[in-house]
Amino acid sequence: MTQSFRLESGGLINRDKKISFKFNGKNYFGYEGDTLASALIANGVHLIGRSFKYHRPRGFFGAGVDEPYAIVQLYRNGETEPNIKATEQELFEGLEAKSVNCWPSVNFDIGAINNFLKIFLPAGFYYKTFMWPKSFWYKIYEPFIRRAAGLGTASIKHDKERYEHKYEYCDVLITGSGPSGLASAYSAAKNGAKVILAEDKSRFGGTLLTSEVNIGNQSGKEWADSIISELKEMPNVTVKNRSQVFGYYDHNMLVMSERISDHLPKTKKFHPKQRLWYIRAKEVLISSGSIERPIVFGNNDTPGVMLSSAAKEYMKVYGVLVGKKPLVFTNNDSGYETAIEFKKNGIDPIILDTRKEPQSEIIEEAKNMNINIKNSYVVVAAQGYKKVKSADIAKISDNKEELGSIENIECDCICVSGFWTPTIHLASQSGNKTKFNEDIDAFVPGISKQNEKTLGAANGIYTLEETLKDSFEKGNQLSKKITNNENKVSFPNVVEKKSTVHDKFWCVPLPKGKNYKRFLDFQNDVAVSDIEIALKEGYRSIEHVKRYTTLGMATDQGKTSNLNGLQLVSKIENKVVPAVGHTTFRPPYSPVSIGAIVGREVGKHSKPTRKSPMHSWHEKNNAVFVDAGVWLRPRYYKRGEENLFEASKREAKNVRTNVGVCDVTTLGKIDIKGPDAAELLNRVYTNAWLKLPVGKARYGVMLREDGIVMDDGTTTRISENHYHMTTTTAQAANVLSHLEYYLQLVWPELNVNVVSTTEQWAGAAIAGPKSRELLKKLFPKSDVTNEGLPFMGYMEGDLFGVKAKIFRISFSGELAYEVNVESDNGYFMWEKIIEAGEEFGIQPYGTEALSTLRIEMGHVAGSELDGRTIPYDNSLEGLLSKKKDFIGKRSLSRRAFAAEDRQKIVGVVPLDKKTSIPEGSHLVKDANAPLPNPKLGYISASCWSVEHDNPFSLAILKDGKNMIGEKLFVMSPLKNKVIPVEIVSSHYVDPKGERVRS
Amino acid sequence: MLHIKCPHCGIRSQNEFSYGGDATIKRPELGKEISDQDWDNFVYNRKSLRGKHWELWQHLSGCRQWIKVQRDTATHEIFKTLKANEEIS
Repeated sequence: MTQSFRLESGGLINRDKKISFKFNGKNYFGYEGDTLASALIANGVHLIGRSFKYHRPRGFFGAGVDEPYAIVQLYRNGETEPNIKATEQELFEGLEAKSVNCWPSVNFDIGAINNFLKIFLPAGFYYKTFMWPKSFWYKIYEPFIRRAAGLGTASIKHDKERYEHKYEYCDVLITGSGPSGLASAYSAAKNGAKVILAEDKSRFGGTLLTSEVNIGNQSGKEWADSIISELKEMPNVTVKNRSQVFGYYDHNMLVMSERISDHLPKTKKFHPKQRLWYIRAKEVLISSGSIERPIVFGNNDTPGVMLSSAAKEYMKVYGVLVGKKPLVFTNNDSGYETAIEFKKNGIDPIILDTRKEPQSEIIEEAKNMNINIKNSYVVVAAQGYKKVKSADIAKISDNKEELGSIENIECDCICVSGFWTPTIHLASQSGNKTKFNEDIDAFVPGISKQNEKTLGAANGIYTLEETLKDSFEKGNQLSKKITNNENKVSFPNVVEKKSTVHDKFWCVPLPKGKNYKRFLDFQNDVAVSDIEIALKEGYRSIEHVKRYTTLGMATDQGKTSNLNGLQLVSKIENKVVPAVGHTTFRPPYSPVSIGAIVGREVGKHSKPTRKSPMHSWHEKNNAVFVDAGVWLRPRYYKRGEENLFEASKREAKNVRTNVGVCDVTTLGKIDIKGPDAAELLNRVYTNAWLKLPVGKARYGVMLREDGIVMDDGTTTRISENHYHMTTTTAQAANVLSHLEYYLQLVWPELNVNVVSTTEQWAGAAIAGPKSRELLKKLFPKSDVTNEGLPFMGYMEGDLFGVKAKIFRISFSGELAYEVNVESDNGYFMWEKIIEAGEEFGIQPYGTEALSTLRIEMGHVAGSELDGRTIPYDNSLEGLLSKKKDFIGKRSLSRRAFAAEDRQKIVGVVPLDKKTSIPEGSHLVKDANAPLPNPKLGYISASCWSVEHDNPFSLAILKDGKNMIGEKLFVMSPLKNKVIPVEIVSSHYVDPKGERVRS
Repeated sequence: MLHIKCPHCGIRSQNEFSYGGDATIKRPELGKEISDQDWDNFVYNRKSLRGKHWELWQHLSGCRQWIKVQRDTATHEIFKTLKANEEIS
């Protein structure tokens, strides 16, 4: 293939380096420095995709981030990525891209039938049509719409690329490296400010690359190059290309996505693909420039119709002609610059200017070059299906309402300029109250909420001299305030051609008898007629019109369509544009890949994993792990072909008959010290704590102020003013914050310190009738008899040379102890326990057996203390002190909490003693009652009782205390189960609690 | 993301802090008789102001101190921060 639209010379591409690539299976080549768009246009390819709704042919409309059409599916290094703009994707060797939203191919697309059905596809079509019959939505409508629509396919493969996050602080962040960005960055940098200059394209300079200007006797590009190279040398400046600042958040935090490897065939070793920067800037200078806006006319979406600035950029930056018979349709002087550029390259353009007799330096130059200029002329409609072949043009009356006779002229592209729209997205995101500027028919930033200022074209300033002056000044002023240092730069001499005012004309009327589609939003196929329908149907707010018609809702976020949409609404409503107002600009300014947002927090890094010091022992012994908060805990230790049920039964049974050991390192531990420690505990826990002797532990329950149980655990008095508190694994962090809250804010007079020691101690629970025998072997020097270490006793011991804390506490309901050693000795302790326990038949047990043991014992845990229950509900009312006040006590006297038929914990056994009861099931009186069947309670936890060898559950049941012996039904609609059950005491094993004291 | 000046550590990002609600609510004294209405006001009833609001934050991933922050709930502007023992004026 030859590049028939490539100019002989010119552009900023490297013609010495050819690059081959594939589009829709065909081979092409371009040059280093091309974008996929410029290379395709050079090869004469103008059909790139199909439109979203009507599947009309789509070409190129812009040359950068504003592109609404040219979205492709990219294939790179064995991966695929959707939603890539061909105008932004730099060419690399071996690049492969395909059209999206067309089937079977871009040239013959079945969906294009929608185009002929378009009378049936007006605004709100989907809302109106697919509402009934209701059952059709999931099976027929939705799959059809999903198949027909969409802008590419997301890969479902694991993304092998690496994405990074970076946090940065700077004095001044400047978004865009056009004239205003460069000037302000330069003067801020000279004052010694820490500056970040971000440019979303690969080349710095913005419009300086394409405009015919002279700054300090240099061309725009030469001046930009010299400023950039000087900035790059300065240690206080970070200059980044391929970096889009896409979001402006609270307190001057901006987020920027840097594309590090997207322009390379393959990511370099040890490099990320993209990097997300979180930048906290003292001041932000928004220099994002402006985007040319189209003029609306018939069939203005035909491939070959594009922005005039884009046509100029393709010539000047890429050395590419967008057409050889160009028509320039303009309402201002910018179109002339494009026409002049065509003429310079030996192409004869025709200019249609909507103005009657405009005069300016630029127009004069065009006239001197003998360019054919037709004043008071408009394009009525583009003709041609897959590419512009001709244009229907006509003279327009002075009031811009009457069209003269239609003439048809041949052309292969129509370059449109409807003047310029400042890019105010970032300013608006920052909370800036934008205002409408009548002179330029567009919104500009108004009153700032955060520390931002907008410069140059983004602020509606369209002359270079004024832009540079203002930007040098703002950069200097702002940085001076921060650095207290001024190093003023001299203002260069600027030469630019003067232009005259634009014509506020934006939409060509329809000729009589024609019903051309005139598009406003090119990506979502929203035409003038759709907005008209929406308004006719009563939509008034621009936000509602936007959602009903999808105007501006596509991935381009209406960069080229917003203002024309507003013009139309204001015209129909007979309001001025500022009264209609613009819709809210939200981040991201342009699409950001999910990978960049997630960063390194994928897979095992998506959350931290905590492991106990004994973890490797568990691994070696076939533990199957389960997530417990951020911890990994052994759920059970698999022997042979055992499953979870069999293994946990074996482990639990062994605790009841011999002795078991469980890793309880994950329990929260808080060290409490100070003369008022007892007083703190007395206020935090519901029971009495002032008289707990040294060397004793006590079980306690703490409430929230609203009376709901917050957590439970044992706390041990280690010495006079020193306590060791344990919490549940899940609530450890909350309990610490809770204590800190009361100590710092409510009772600062209490002299107590609290600190988390969860990670400092490794813990092992040794439980079972033979546990004392085992303990004797482990601590031969200590008196661990029932007298020496009674239930709820505490002592320190020597475990083969390692200092240990021994607590006689029990969660399993058996005679049991918990041994704590410093974490580093955890593994040693565990091995010693296993070794010494061998003769007693010791087995390690996991969380599943632990649950079984506590459930059949009726001990409450997280599934009962679920943030909805008070002490009474859990049969913990015996722990409520009547003599003292404590956190949450006053709430317990609220009427509902004191109700006679208050819910209470009970045991549940299936009548057949066989059927397992699903957790979360409801308890009802009558299984056949009509729905909704009144719910009496719910199953909080279920197990297979190893003591009784039948299923057993705990439930929170209405009027639980009077329900013992009742026969009810458990219903689980999820599992489609109805089980007749009997309500029993929640203490299913050893109700008198004799074993723990034995 | 907010930038909060911890009176102990200096300016830090919001993700080091956790929110703790209205800072002007005073817990009733322990052991004192209190009406249902007053207790409900303490436990449940909050003004949910639009505008300047004194609130509590804990510098969870920093010094772990509870601090008082005066913030505009509509604009997120932060005017002042105080240590736990400093009175709101």
